[in-house]
Amino acid sequence: MASTIRVRATSSGENTEVQALIQHPMDSGYVKDAKGELIPPHFIQQLTFEYDGKAVFTADWGPAVSKDPYVKFAFKGGKKGEDLKISWVDNKGASDTTTAKIQ
Amino acid sequence: MNLRSAIQFGLAALALTAFAFGAAPSIAADTPDPVADAKAFQKYFTDRFPKLKLEDFVNGPYSMNEDMHRQWEEKEQFPPYDFGLDLGKELFSKPFKNGKSYADCFANGGIGIRQNYPYFDEKEGKVVTLELALNRCREANGEAPISYLKDDMAALTAYMAFTSRGKPFDIKIPADPRALEAYDNGKRYFYTRRGQLNFSCASCHVQNPGERIRAEILAPALGILNAMPIYRSEWGGMGTISRRFTTCNSQIRGVPLEPQSDEYRDLEYYLSYVSNGLPISGPGARP
Amino acid sequence: MRTTQSGFPATRRLILQGAGVVALVGLGNLPFGLVPAFAANDKYPEDAFKAKSDTDAIKALYGKTAEPSDKVKMDAPEIAENGAVVPISVSSTLPDVTSISILVAENPNALAASYVIPAGTLPSVANRLKMAKTTNVIAVVEAGGKLYSTTKEVKVTVGGCGG
Repeated sequence: MASTIRVRATSSGENTEVQALIQHPMDSGYVKDAKGELIPPHFIQQLTFEYDGKAVFTADWGPAVSKDPYVKFAFKGGKKGEDLKISWVDNKGASDTTTAKIQ
Repeated sequence: MNLRSAIQFGLAALALTAFAFGAAPSIAADTPDPVADAKAFQKYFTDRFPKLKLEDFVNGPYSMNEDMHRQWEEKEQFPPYDFGLDLGKELFSKPFKNGKSYADCFANGGIGIRQNYPYFDEKEGKVVTLELALNRCREANGEAPISYLKDDMAALTAYMAFTSRGKPFDIKIPADPRALEAYDNGKRYFYTRRGQLNFSCASCHVQNPGERIRAEILAPALGILNAMPIYRSEWGGMGTISRRFTTCNSQIRGVPLEPQSDEYRDLEYYLSYVSNGLPISGPGARP
Repeated sequence: MRTTQSGFPATRRLILQGAGVVALVGLGNLPFGLVPAFAANDKYPEDAFKAKSDTDAIKALYGKTAEPSDKVKMDAPEIAENGAVVPISVSSTLPDVTSISILVAENPNALAASYVIPAGTLPSVANRLKMAKTTNVIAVVEAGGKLYSTTKEVKVTVGGCGG
């Protein structure tokens, strides 16, 4: 089963730019389904990025983040070929994690 | 103002000559001339939007408005259709129960051929679209057909479109009167008003590209299928040409036809033909 | 962090803020327990996400109020192409940024996202948010222990083809 996390980490020498796209419904709890019933909230709460054993970015998300959420940031350092670890946890306790190589 | 009236008048005249408006059921005496149509169609749009290059038209509303364009550029950095595309690649290569796969149903294994669809099947005497061909492939290999509107069909057509990215639409109309008739049926459908709102496809996409219908920017008809299938923010997911045709009919408060009905197939034939030369850009993202 | 801003006496600032941690002036790191209300490896700020208004959310998140600053830049569309997916990015030229948060004033709960910026990470983030209607989007940046913000109204409309 493919990971829900797609990541692109590119090193420009000085900085590493990271873009991530995650497959997740990010249901807000305010939308009704075809039967007219509210779809319960189901969204990623925390998304963490680690490099060299340290957190380089943490996203605390609420249901107002769009479906199939996207985020972009950059950090100083990061070497080509090194690993970047990405994990998320949602409000139902589900999680996913992946490791990507910095290009 | 004057120019717009002139264009509208010119269009009305074109529509009138193309088919007897509301009167006789059959086409007027002159034979359809797709080559001239396509040329006039493309010229109309390039004249109306002189700053755009021909290939820009495949971006629909995004090439019509600066604010929209920037939002699109941002989305394209990591497009929301990525998941559909990956699923499509996976589904495409997965064999059927009988051991065969989609590649066996298509020229070149189904890779880089999307720009040739739809085509006129002279044996059957009808237009065959890519979506139709995919379901026929399934049925020919003992698999149940899938919905034409989204999910797997969107994923598969996303993958096939992706393998054809950049290739220009190359729709052919063989020297078969039935093919010409199908083309003309599609054209007639396109210009016929329908639904409670009494809009034709042309009302929005030929008369008002770049303008707003309520709050949405309208896409030009030229190149409108090149980005298909699309991930629409409105749908929160992927949709096919069939999905867009049916929902568009509903939205002008008409009765949507069955996906892949003759009219829709002919409509796709016409719309694709008049966009010949424009590059396939699918899968795409739209508001 | 209780470092000084350009020329403004730290002592006076601290006394005004009632902090009483004068000893920390000028230090690069804070001893454990005296970190800002929202630090790296922190718990998920549940209360902030439950707050309705942006002022309540900011208070729950940071325990202070933000002052508008032109050193916080936000890139957001004039008219969102669709309220479900509004691309918004925030960046700052302020030094020592530790957190960036984005709020959508008239969403049911104003706080949309909050980002922890550890040392060495650039003070810049791009994301895609949902907006229920035309309203202000507020970007808050915590830098050097203080809060700065910028606001932009983004129009959200009912789609014309959405029936």
